[in-house]
Amino acid sequence: MLNARDILETITMIQDENLDVRTITMGISLLDCCHSDIDVMCSKVYDKITRYAKDLVKTGNEIEKDLGIPIINKRISITPAAMILASCDNKDAVRFAVTLDRAAKECGVNFLGGFSALVQKGFGPGDRELIEAIPEALASTEYLCSSVNIGSTKTGINMDAVGMMGRVVKRSAEMTADKGCIGPAKLVVFCNAPEDNPFMAGAFHGAGEPDCVINVGVSGPGVVRAALAKAGDSLDLTEVADLIKRTAFKITRMGQLVASEASKRLGVPFGIVDLSLAPTPAVGDSVAHILEEMGLEACGCHGTTAALALLNDAVKKGGVMATSHVGGLSGAFIPVTEDAGMIDAARCGALTITKLEAMTAVCSVGLDMINIPGDTPADVISAIIADEAAIGMVNSKTTAVRVIPAIGKKVGDELSFGGLLGTGPVMPVSVYSPSKFIARGGRIPAPMQSLKN
Amino acid sequence: MRAVITVIGKDMVGILAKVSAECAASNINVLEVTQSILQDMFAMIMMVDISSASVPFDQFADKLEKIGREMNLSIHTMHEDIFNAMHTI
Repeated sequence: MLNARDILETITMIQDENLDVRTITMGISLLDCCHSDIDVMCSKVYDKITRYAKDLVKTGNEIEKDLGIPIINKRISITPAAMILASCDNKDAVRFAVTLDRAAKECGVNFLGGFSALVQKGFGPGDRELIEAIPEALASTEYLCSSVNIGSTKTGINMDAVGMMGRVVKRSAEMTADKGCIGPAKLVVFCNAPEDNPFMAGAFHGAGEPDCVINVGVSGPGVVRAALAKAGDSLDLTEVADLIKRTAFKITRMGQLVASEASKRLGVPFGIVDLSLAPTPAVGDSVAHILEEMGLEACGCHGTTAALALLNDAVKKGGVMATSHVGGLSGAFIPVTEDAGMIDAARCGALTITKLEAMTAVCSVGLDMINIPGDTPADVISAIIADEAAIGMVNSKTTAVRVIPAIGKKVGDELSFGGLLGTGPVMPVSVYSPSKFIARGGRIPAPMQSLKN
Repeated sequence: MRAVITVIGKDMVGILAKVSAECAASNINVLEVTQSILQDMFAMIMMVDISSASVPFDQFADKLEKIGREMNLSIHTMHEDIFNAMHTI
């Protein structure tokens, strides 16, 4: 039976601590839209997406009203676009991108992810065409998100693709310089990309997924921070971990409820709940503030990696029992410009890219939403990607890079995207050159960890 | 189907009357009412049966929220499922 304390706790979490379901993402397979004529392919794609997702936003809003839980985003992920593009004689990826954008707009979703290529071992048909088109595709669309998987524990790292992606990121920033360099904010370079991730910009619908599926991403850094704040400074770290687990359990149960409700109402199978703590720039919704609540003066000081490791693990342990299927990225996110506490820590110099790199070894993603100087050479960006991919490859985890070269800006300047993508200072990168290393190309062989059979 | 109505704020005359009148007008049966002071707030929690409600649930919730604003109270109407999901295993 429900008691008053539990009821009030839930109300407080939603009203004061920014508890919400971050996203309901519908994964749609486009494998049956392949056609040698790109016009036919595009019209099949448009029809399928708008048919499958026509009620997604409406249903999300209804669930939000009925259950009283804010559901912030409704999104779509699709089969990596390069796989579909491969079937066309004329591989005009930008035309495909514009079609996807039109479909997203028609459905009313706020992002569509999956303008993607998986090239961890090499380039298949359509992959190069798609990757080269990313800057123009992101510059000529509004809702489209793109990702490229350039490495995995099983395959090693495709350094030719890494070299290419440094140039693509840079070019993408240049082509959207008049729009606050928004292009690379919608572009993720992955190692070990999950195929059922509901979060943007890295969402895509993997080839092993069913025709259509509902994945849900929960949120709630504010709830965790508030729980720690209420408990005070007397808890030791085992007790802190227990408290985070209990809180994560509750957050995830809510995600599971929304996921099963959405799946039932839309008549689409439930895929996974992603147990991530996803911050927003709103005050009180910050992962950095959780770490600071644990006792760090500023996020990024020594001790941050340990605190983050504890947080990330406790979130998983608490969440895993609360849902029938866990997937996606599942862990704490540390996107700098999307997290009020990270923004402050970066501004005051407590948080640096080198520290962030260490933090990515123990949390769910990678170097995320970091503004770097606009004159950073493409091969330095490639080297940042290679470092992150190496961490992911060796530790059998997902890592990613989403850095934004702030064109025309230098260290200390601010670059703002608005909305959930936030704002942040331009952070310094090493001025020493990795160009010869990147220019070598080839593949970094898969590590011993890949030999599990 | 049941829902939970919570009223949080400063105690005053007529809260229960107003909220239960609204329930009656929408053919919603009040099953249980508890009042307490929790976390320095006055809190009234009502368990109601919405299975034969005469208005859609979201409209009912909006109406109560509006009444709450007029009386300077915060009134939330939420489906019972959410509380069960979060607090029972």
